[in-house]
Amino acid sequence: MSPEHIVRSFAQELERLANLLTQMGGVAEAQVAGAVRAVTRRDVELAAQVMAADQRLDEYERAIEAETIRLLALRQPMAQDLREIVSALKVAADLERIGDYAANIAKRSLALAQVPVVPPASGIASMGRLVGTILKDVLDAYIERDVEKAVAAWKRDEELDDLHTGLFRELLAHMTADPLTITPCTHLLFMAKNLERIGDHATNIAETIHFVVVGSPLAMERPKGDGSSFAVMTPGSGPEARTLPRRPGNAA
Amino acid sequence: MTVQTQFQTGAQAAALRQSGASVKMVAKDVKVFYGAKQALKGIDLEIQENRVMALIGPSGCGKSTFLRCLNRMNDTIENCRVEGLIALDGEDVYGRQIDAVQLRARVGMVFQKPNPFPKSIYDNISYGPRIHGIASHRDEMDEIVQKSLERAGLWNEVKDRLREPGTGLSGGQQQRLCIARAVAVSPEVILMDEPCSALDPIATAHIEELIDELRENYTIVIVTHNMQQAARVSQKTAFFHLGEMVECDDTEEIFTNPRDERTQGYITGRYG
Repeated sequence: MSPEHIVRSFAQELERLANLLTQMGGVAEAQVAGAVRAVTRRDVELAAQVMAADQRLDEYERAIEAETIRLLALRQPMAQDLREIVSALKVAADLERIGDYAANIAKRSLALAQVPVVPPASGIASMGRLVGTILKDVLDAYIERDVEKAVAAWKRDEELDDLHTGLFRELLAHMTADPLTITPCTHLLFMAKNLERIGDHATNIAETIHFVVVGSPLAMERPKGDGSSFAVMTPGSGPEARTLPRRPGNAA
Repeated sequence: MTVQTQFQTGAQAAALRQSGASVKMVAKDVKVFYGAKQALKGIDLEIQENRVMALIGPSGCGKSTFLRCLNRMNDTIENCRVEGLIALDGEDVYGRQIDAVQLRARVGMVFQKPNPFPKSIYDNISYGPRIHGIASHRDEMDEIVQKSLERAGLWNEVKDRLREPGTGLSGGQQQRLCIARAVAVSPEVILMDEPCSALDPIATAHIEELIDELRENYTIVIVTHNMQQAARVSQKTAFFHLGEMVECDDTEEIFTNPRDERTQGYITGRYG
């Protein structure tokens, strides 16, 4: 919004809140990238760093919460200001969850590093690259208040869901074929799910951007590509797992 | 002044039926001039029955001028000229057959500063019904006084001292006395011109609670500089700026997602 607040201290407080979110977004992005790198490079030191740094996101969330409550109580914001402030609270919560998932990936990478490499691990790298792009675009869109960019990133979550479903099937097939890989494959399953959830939180942020800028919720139905909930694998059914047809009303 | 009774188009009427509210008052292309100076530049507004409509906007935007047009309080101002249509239940309030005094009984008013008559609490309330010949005997008048004070949420505080002067009450009580006085003549619409600006937060809360209760029986139009108040008490809000009505919508919409940049700038406290 171009014209400035008559009360300059209010404008400064809004700016401070925006800065906190930008910084928090940067940390969350780095956490996700670090966690994925820790998996692909089997870097236990990096994994430990990611796990330790999760605390920073918690601190950011608390700071943003405190700032938001203070602004609501003292400034009684209206219209776009109100939407900005309420959205800060929501975005901070999404980023905090993203951080938790990243930390969990890092933690599991420690277990993974202790056993021989299984081929499906490369799927984590692909999912990680895509989720990194989506998260970056969404955070850029938040800073720039760019609805188009946000919606474009929001739509790309479908690709991530597809990757997740594919990796899920691949892991099931692997475990069926060689039960000795169940330990690493189970960790990879959780990692893949975590990355898929990170994508969902990124789409939440995209929806919040729409609300902040346009003033109404994003009306479109998000294409849901994650079919992993319907995947069935029976011993002896071969390397390809069957995926049940998606039924309306079934949660992905 | 054009007299027009059929002011609703079919589509408008249907939309209103859907929203569950009927239109009590209508303003069409209302222009007001103080001498050569134009204060209102063609206002179109519908005021729905049993709803609270808040008029907001910076000082000098014309919101009080508009409020005063609704019961012809501007008639008393020299050099003031009103053009366009203002209708109450489809009837032009500036029509020849309309008596301004009768109109003001139907469209009552409460002012910024409590202005009780220098009379007893009882007489403050009974004055209106008496001059309008509403009560035929004493018991009936007693009942009107009690009911009006009850509706204004003041009865319990004053029932034992009805003969004491109204000016002896606190500011908040005086304002509720003025509301009781307006209610006593059974108005259909109550206009309030910044009714809480001279009151403390507790007295203000009492008035706001009262406004919400009064809405069941009356249509209310309130001018306020306090946007939080507008947000709290009204269902519809109209934003006035430089003699124009910029935007009128559901209060929730106006304060969360206004359409016009000027409304946005005003309610968020930004330079326009």
